[in-house]
Amino acid sequence: MKTIDLSSTPVRELNQALHVQAGAVTEREWLVTHPDGKHNLAVGLNEAVSVDIQGHSGYYCAGMNQKATITIHGNAGVGVAENMMSGLVHVKGSASQSAGATAHGGLLIIDGDAGARCGISLKGADIVVGGSVGHMSCFMGQAGRLVVCGDAGDALGDSLYETRIYVKGSVKSLGSDCIEKAMRAEHLEELTELLNRAGFDEDPASFKRYGSARQLYSFKVDNAAAY
Amino acid sequence: MCGIVGLYLKNPELESQLGALFEPMLLAMTDRGPDSAGFAIYGDEVVDGWIKLTLQSTTADYDWSSLMGALEGRLGCSLDWFSNADAVVLKLNADEHQARAALTELAPEVRVMSIGQSIEILKGMGLPAAIAERFSLSAMKGSHIIGHTRMATESAVTMEGSHPFSTGNDLCLVHNGSLSNHSRLRQELKRRGLQFETENDTEVAAAYLTWRLREGDSLKQALDHALNDLDGFFTFAIGTREGFAVIRDPIACKPAVLAETEDYVAMASEYQALAGLPGIDQARVWEPEPATMYIWERKSA
Repeated sequence: MKTIDLSSTPVRELNQALHVQAGAVTEREWLVTHPDGKHNLAVGLNEAVSVDIQGHSGYYCAGMNQKATITIHGNAGVGVAENMMSGLVHVKGSASQSAGATAHGGLLIIDGDAGARCGISLKGADIVVGGSVGHMSCFMGQAGRLVVCGDAGDALGDSLYETRIYVKGSVKSLGSDCIEKAMRAEHLEELTELLNRAGFDEDPASFKRYGSARQLYSFKVDNAAAY
Repeated sequence: MCGIVGLYLKNPELESQLGALFEPMLLAMTDRGPDSAGFAIYGDEVVDGWIKLTLQSTTADYDWSSLMGALEGRLGCSLDWFSNADAVVLKLNADEHQARAALTELAPEVRVMSIGQSIEILKGMGLPAAIAERFSLSAMKGSHIIGHTRMATESAVTMEGSHPFSTGNDLCLVHNGSLSNHSRLRQELKRRGLQFETENDTEVAAAYLTWRLREGDSLKQALDHALNDLDGFFTFAIGTREGFAVIRDPIACKPAVLAETEDYVAMASEYQALAGLPGIDQARVWEPEPATMYIWERKSA
């Protein structure tokens, strides 16, 4: 295991060392100590390496991830796993706002709470949150799944396209064009698989499903004058 | 972007280290605001009947001795003062209005940064490290302190534009964000008799709170009104004689993180500023909710 101590090594050196792995992976396991809320840790990885960050990370940790498994043993700042393509990002604590924003693929697990706009403009990734999510989560979500084991804040799924949302707790309010939908067998199966993958022992039957009413985004040329 | 930080001590044994604990917090926010910095420190209270003023001059070699002599003569009261870089902390056995009037007459060029029984506001242009060093921040003692590093957006980089802004006796406010309705609010507040020294949006927020408190609001009520009347993005940290408060706008665009242990409550724009505090690994660390007030106050005061 390769250990990089950020109290004595700059973040740029950490990311450079991780990027060198793109050609030929020589170190599969990385340990990052003393992150102390520094920004942009382990961004742009595109090989199946594993990175353990021992503490709280700052903005945009694990952004643009492909294939790598990144575990944050603490809280994550704004935009964790933003634009992830594949791989796994696991936040053992809570995450700030815009967690998993625009992520195309892979799995983001947040053991604690996620702040506002979790999964904003989600494009295909899966996000499983052990706690609650803040307001406007999944705003303009286009694909992928968001699972919330706690509660959701205001305007959940506002202007939603095709992201599927599962919430166990209460939803403060639904956003524009977001509605509650029936839990069919296929959804229970999908949710069970997501909870299992995230390692959460929750009863899938206690969740409700939310999705797009599809009234907002089908632009009709006849209505053009109204815009 | 700007950086805001606050440290409120619950354990009085740490009071002698307040400045030393706080300085790294302020410096950690340099990336968020390298234009100017300032802080409001609470402690060294004057007894009832006395007031404490922080004065600052734009010239480094200002003749404070002469001004203090003249002030003593004019007010006919006991007076105690010490200088710190281009600022002076002045303690007077006098009434606030008399003191202000005498200062306006004797030294209109001198700026009153803060007034109260506990607060001292010190600020300046330049890198936070230079400002901390200038005022010997690391050696300062006190019960709590809030600070600001500024990346100027709404008004020019001047000493007046730097934070904290005093909002009344022993009250001050630091702001990360931008207010969209500050011009109109400023006009309304001017009609209500409030005075402004800058074009800064934060000064409008400070004046707004001053007005609400003058109208008889409690701090909590004033902040409730602020949530309704201030439009835009803000995370505020507010210092009071008894404690401090944190509040974010309903959209909560501007970051904030809080940490609490048995010894202290600490607030910052980013976790980086909290990373060096003692016991932070065991602290409860969380992100304040939008449109929610967080207030800590000393019970004895």
